[in-house]
Amino acid sequence: MSLTLHERAQYAGAPLASPAPAPAWTLSVRGLGKIYGDTSEESIAGTGPEFGTAVSPNTGAIVAAWGVDLDVAPGEALGVIGESGSGKSTVLRCIAGDEPATAGEMLFTDHGGSTERLDQLSPTERRRMRISDISVVYQDPALGLTMDVSAGGNVADPLTAAGWRNFGRIRSRATELLQRTEVPIARMDHPVKAFSGGMKQRVQIAKSLANDPSLLLLDEPTTGLDASVAAGVLDLMRGLLEETNVAAIVVSHDFSVIEMLTTRVIVMQHGRVVEAGLTDQLLEDPQHPYSQQLVAAARG
Amino acid sequence: MTTLSAELTERSVEQLAGDAAPRDIFDELSKRAVRRALLTAIAVPGYQVPFSSREMPVARGWGSGGLQATLALIGADDNVKVIDQGEDAGVNATNLRRLIVGNAGCGEETETGLADVIQSRHRIPEEPLKDGQTLVLQVPVPEPLRGVVGSMDEQRRMHAEGDYAKMWVRLYEDIVRNGVVSHSADYPCLVNGRYVIAPSPIPRFDVPKLNDSEALVVLSAGREKRIYAIPPHTRVEPLTFEDVPFTVEHTEGAACVFCGSDDTYLIGVPEEDGTTRWVCSDTDWCSRHRPDDDTETETEGEVSR
Ligand SMILES: [Zn+2]
Repeated sequence: MSLTLHERAQYAGAPLASPAPAPAWTLSVRGLGKIYGDTSEESIAGTGPEFGTAVSPNTGAIVAAWGVDLDVAPGEALGVIGESGSGKSTVLRCIAGDEPATAGEMLFTDHGGSTERLDQLSPTERRRMRISDISVVYQDPALGLTMDVSAGGNVADPLTAAGWRNFGRIRSRATELLQRTEVPIARMDHPVKAFSGGMKQRVQIAKSLANDPSLLLLDEPTTGLDASVAAGVLDLMRGLLEETNVAAIVVSHDFSVIEMLTTRVIVMQHGRVVEAGLTDQLLEDPQHPYSQQLVAAARG
Repeated sequence: MTTLSAELTERSVEQLAGDAAPRDIFDELSKRAVRRALLTAIAVPGYQVPFSSREMPVARGWGSGGLQATLALIGADDNVKVIDQGEDAGVNATNLRRLIVGNAGCGEETETGLADVIQSRHRIPEEPLKDGQTLVLQVPVPEPLRGVVGSMDEQRRMHAEGDYAKMWVRLYEDIVRNGVVSHSADYPCLVNGRYVIAPSPIPRFDVPKLNDSEALVVLSAGREKRIYAIPPHTRVEPLTFEDVPFTVEHTEGAACVFCGSDDTYLIGVPEEDGTTRWVCSDTDWCSRHRPDDDTETETEGEVSR
């Protein structure tokens, strides 16, 4: 209880404030912020966990995320946990490029070792990164899939975007990926709108892996699924994360998801990171009252 | 001019347009606006240029875009040929030709090789076009991404970024469902390696004629207010997977009953006995390639629907 956030982070082997050596991390984020409304300095004061709100008393702006630092290395999964409104999904959308960040640096290094400042890329370049470098699996499959297109066609999408022009090769790659995510091949030519929730998530995962991304972002990937279906999808994702060298960020409100998939975790409340550490240690001995509350809820 | 088409011209214009075509259906300022759009279209092959499409004395969707492009391009010394599905004598073609001649004071022509501007709906003539000629294609739907994505903003973004993945997915789905790419007409093509276009509903048979064409090809959509172009000697490639070759329509053993051609675009006419009679879609070309040319004028009338 006496450790500061910074000390605890170092103890947990997760350097937060010190600048990370660039090549070690797939993604290194410093000072990420997202404000909806007035983006001036004035909006920051009076928001955050100590004030119990993300809404600026001065300007009425929503400080959805502020001062967020995180790093994730190849082959590693980082959890981001918090309740709805904590800013965890905002952070993920800013990293994905689905919306522009208000502040902060995002340094991305791909498999091949080439490095980009994501925050300095144009929207067009950000979209290009999404073809083969960065993939997202959304909670809502409608955001990640084209519903009236077949499972195979959805997987073909990023392949054709990456320049694949051979029908036979596209088809065998789609087959391989759908097999890997346990989608019955007999159904690969059926439109995904006819699929169950769990099966849609499996197709989304297959699609996200199509071009061997360096960074995989999972946004509440099993929320809304029945417990038994969710368990199956989690098992699958755990296996995939173990067997590939992809760096993953898993956003969830559910500690059991974070526990199953990640080794390190950051806890967010009212747009700020309140605690960071190794997942199993944080679960065992949460320091921040909010983390304790989340752990208690998961254990309850 | 054959006497038949001259007769048809008289009759249909009376029926459709009333008295002689007014000379002022398209003023000089409007022509200039279309020419400016056309210059952009030629400079950026395949890019859809917006233009302030005017009301014309034909219904939008019945060649009003083509008519404006033709009137902007043609001069009094030029000859115009107008075809509808390959036919010079059809009612729409005749009406459009009459309007063009009335406004521009140009000559009219049915022989492809002698026309300076050829306005066409759904066909490219059989006779290869030459340097100096212009083909104006009437376009009902200029946006090849319509039906692929609904949002016009998204369509524009895809063109701007050359992001045609969803179009390829559509071709993939087509092959999965039908075994072939089922686009029989309006087959999506990549122009100059940059923009995907809708080539207007010409049959696949005509698509290869767009590649490295000697003539300028102008595509104009009046209702949608878009004009785009394929300058001479531009690369035009139908979107095709490497291992699923692009094929054109061909029926084994079919030949035109009038001229005997088996290498033109043929239309099948079902007979009462269940067989199919094949005739050239390009009626002018057909009439010039018959064994004994002068006795066939009457039959030509029967071919046209
Ligand atoms: Zn013939």
